[in-house]
Amino acid sequence: MKEDSSGNNVILKVQGLKKYFPVRRGVLQRVIGWIMAVDGVDLELSGGKTLGLVGESGCGKSTLARLILKLVEPDAGNIFFRGEEITGLSRVEMKPYRRFMQIIFQDPFGSLNPRMTVGQSIEEGLRAVGVGSLEQRRRRVVELLEMVGIPALAAQRYPHEFSGGQRQRIGIARALSVDPELIICDEPVSALDVSIQAQILNLLRSLQEGLGLTYIFIAHDLHVVEYVSDNVAIMYLGHIMEYGPAEVVYSQHLHPYSSALLEAAPVPDPSAKRSWTPLAGDVPSPFNPPPGCKFQNRCPLVEDRCRKGEITLYEVNGAHRVRCWKVLGR
Amino acid sequence: MQDSGSEHTLSTEALDLPARQTRLQEFWAQLRKNRLALIGLVIFVLFFIVAVTGMVLTTGTSPQLDSSLVRLQEKLRPPLSRPNLKSLQADEVPVLGIYLLGTDELGRDVFARMLQGAWVSLTVGFVAVGIAVLIGIILGGLSGYYGHSPVRVAQVFIAVLVVLVVTNWSRLSFKTLAVLISITVALAVFLLFSRKKEFGGPLFLLNTQLFSVDMLITGLIDIMLCFPSFFLILTVVALLPASIYNIMIVIGLTSWMGAARFVRAEFLSLREQDFVTAARALGVSDWRIIFRHMVPNAIAPVLVSATIGIAGAILTEAGLSFLGFGVPPPHATWGNILSDGKNYLFDAPWLTIIPGVAILVVVLSFNLFGEGLRDILNPKLRERH
Repeated sequence: MKEDSSGNNVILKVQGLKKYFPVRRGVLQRVIGWIMAVDGVDLELSGGKTLGLVGESGCGKSTLARLILKLVEPDAGNIFFRGEEITGLSRVEMKPYRRFMQIIFQDPFGSLNPRMTVGQSIEEGLRAVGVGSLEQRRRRVVELLEMVGIPALAAQRYPHEFSGGQRQRIGIARALSVDPELIICDEPVSALDVSIQAQILNLLRSLQEGLGLTYIFIAHDLHVVEYVSDNVAIMYLGHIMEYGPAEVVYSQHLHPYSSALLEAAPVPDPSAKRSWTPLAGDVPSPFNPPPGCKFQNRCPLVEDRCRKGEITLYEVNGAHRVRCWKVLGR
Repeated sequence: MQDSGSEHTLSTEALDLPARQTRLQEFWAQLRKNRLALIGLVIFVLFFIVAVTGMVLTTGTSPQLDSSLVRLQEKLRPPLSRPNLKSLQADEVPVLGIYLLGTDELGRDVFARMLQGAWVSLTVGFVAVGIAVLIGIILGGLSGYYGHSPVRVAQVFIAVLVVLVVTNWSRLSFKTLAVLISITVALAVFLLFSRKKEFGGPLFLLNTQLFSVDMLITGLIDIMLCFPSFFLILTVVALLPASIYNIMIVIGLTSWMGAARFVRAEFLSLREQDFVTAARALGVSDWRIIFRHMVPNAIAPVLVSATIGIAGAILTEAGLSFLGFGVPPPHATWGNILSDGKNYLFDAPWLTIIPGVAILVVVLSFNLFGEGLRDILNPKLRERH
C-alpha cells in the first residue's frame, strides 16, 4: 500500500478488513449464508486529518467503525494503530489502546446512560484509564464540559434534562475524557437540526485544531462530509468504491456509483438544471452477493468482466483510487 | 477556524435547563396522580409497620402479646368483648384489657396471632421474592449479556463430571474419584488452550459448539414454567422439614422465571444501545457495564413483577399453611388461623373473616401498587390516566 500524500504520520492502517455475519436458520441453527458487511477494506489515516466515509444505509460504515474500535472482532484483515497490530489482541491486551480511539454516536438519546448523571457518564472513561482521585476526576469533568461548551453545573444533571445538541456535546466530552488520538464520528450530526449541526461541526473542527485529533467521519450527508473531510472514501456493500482527497473525489469522481451518489445530493438552488438519471433499483442485499463488482446490477457501464473477475482498487493518480476498471482510461 | 469559538460559546448562554427535579420527586408527582397506587402504597406501609411492631410485641420469653397463651375458659369470644376477669389469672389478662379481634377455639388472642402472622407473611413475601429476583437477575443477565457465547461439548462433560463428583463424593472409591477429577481438569485445560486453534479427529468433537448459553437458560426457564408450581411446592415442602425458611426458599426457587425473562429481554435490547457500546469503547470492564450501566436500566420491570410477586408469595404461603404444610402450628400465620377458623365458620365467623380480609387487603395493596409502579416507570403508559 502506498503512502498517503500527507507523509508518514500514519496513525491508523487497515488492511483487507472483513466481517461476515452468519445467517442461521432452522432448529439446528445451521449457517445458510453470510452477510458481507465489510468485505475487504483498506484504509490509511494520517494524524490530524479527517477521513469522510460516505455510503448508503447498510453499506457497512458503522460495522467498519466498530471493527476499527475492536468492538466487533474481524474475520480477516489487520488493523494497525501507530504501527502496532491490534487485530488479534484479547480484551485485556486491548485495554491500553482503548484510550486512543473513541467513538461519537448518531443518536444523542441512546448514547448516554439515562440512569447516570452527565458527570458520572464522563467519569466512566477517567475511571477506566485510572485517573487518580475523585477530586482530580471531578476537576477534569468540569474541564471537559467547558471544552465542549456546557456549563459545569450540568455535571449533576441527568441526560433527559438536555436537548439533542447538548447531549451530543456531552457525548463528545465523554469521548475526549481519555485523551484519544482518533475519534470515530458515527453520523454525529444526522439526528440534529441544521443549525445545531453547524455548531457541532464547528466544535469538532476547533477540537481537532486544539487537540490534534484525527477523525473518521461517517455520514450520509454529502455536504457535511465535504465540509469536514480531508480525504473521502465512498462505500458500497462493504467495499470502498472510490477513495481520494475530498476535493478530487467531489469534483473529479470516476466511479459510476460515486457519480450517482454525488449527483443525487440536492443542490440548494431551485433553478439549477440537473442532468442525472437516478439509479434504478435498490441496494441489493449484502446476503450472498454475486461474484465480481458489487455494483454490477445497478451500474450503467456494466460488462461481462464486471460479473466475473475480482475488481480491485485501481490507482488513478496520487492518493485517488477507484474500484472500477472501465473508468480508468478517462 | 477562528469564528467557531464564538459560535460555540453562544450556545452556552442559550443553555437553559428546566427546574431541577430529581427522579424521586418525579416519581412522587406521578404517584400522587395515581390514586389506587397511592392507596396500595399506604396500605403497604401500614402493613409493614404492623408486621414489624407485631414481631417485636409477640417474640421473646415474655412477650407483650402472647399469641400462644391458651385460655380455655375464654374460647370463641367475639371481637371487642371484655375478658371475664374473675376466671383469669393476672398474667392471662390481655394487655389491652379487651379481646380486640376475639379469641379462637383455644381462647388464644386473635389480635396477637394476627400480628405474629403479619410478620410471617411479610418475611415470606420479601425473602421469597428476593431470592427469585436474585436468581432472575443472574440467569436473565447471563442469558442476555453472554447469550451468544457457545457451550462446547467439553464444557458439558465438565459440568456432568462435576455434578457426579459432588453428588457421589462419599460413595465413590478414591481411585474413581481421582480419575474423574483428573479428567475434569484435563478438559478444563483443553478448553483454556483450544479457543483459537483447530483440531482434527476426536479433539475436534470436544470443541464442537452444542448450543448457546441463551438456549440453555431459556430452556431451563421453559422447563420450570411447565411445572404446576403450587404442586411442586407442595411436594417439596412435604419432603422437607416444616420450617418457615424452607418455605421461603422453595417459593423463591419456583418463581424466578418471570424476573429472568424480564431481565433477559431488557439486557438484549440494552446491550445494543450506544451508551453500552461507548462504555465498552472506553474500556469499562464487563462487570461494571453489567452492574452500573445495564442492571439499573433493566430493573424497572423487575421491580414491578417483584411487587406483584410478593402478593403471590403471601398467597402461596397462606395456601400452604391452610393446607397444613406451612409453618408448624404453635406459630401463627394468617393461613393457619384461617384454616383453624373454618371449623367454626358459623359459630365464630370472625376467625375466618379477619385473616381472610387481611390477606385480601394486603395482596390487593401489593397488586395495586405494583400496577401503579408499572404505569409510573413506563413512560409510554403515563399519559393514559
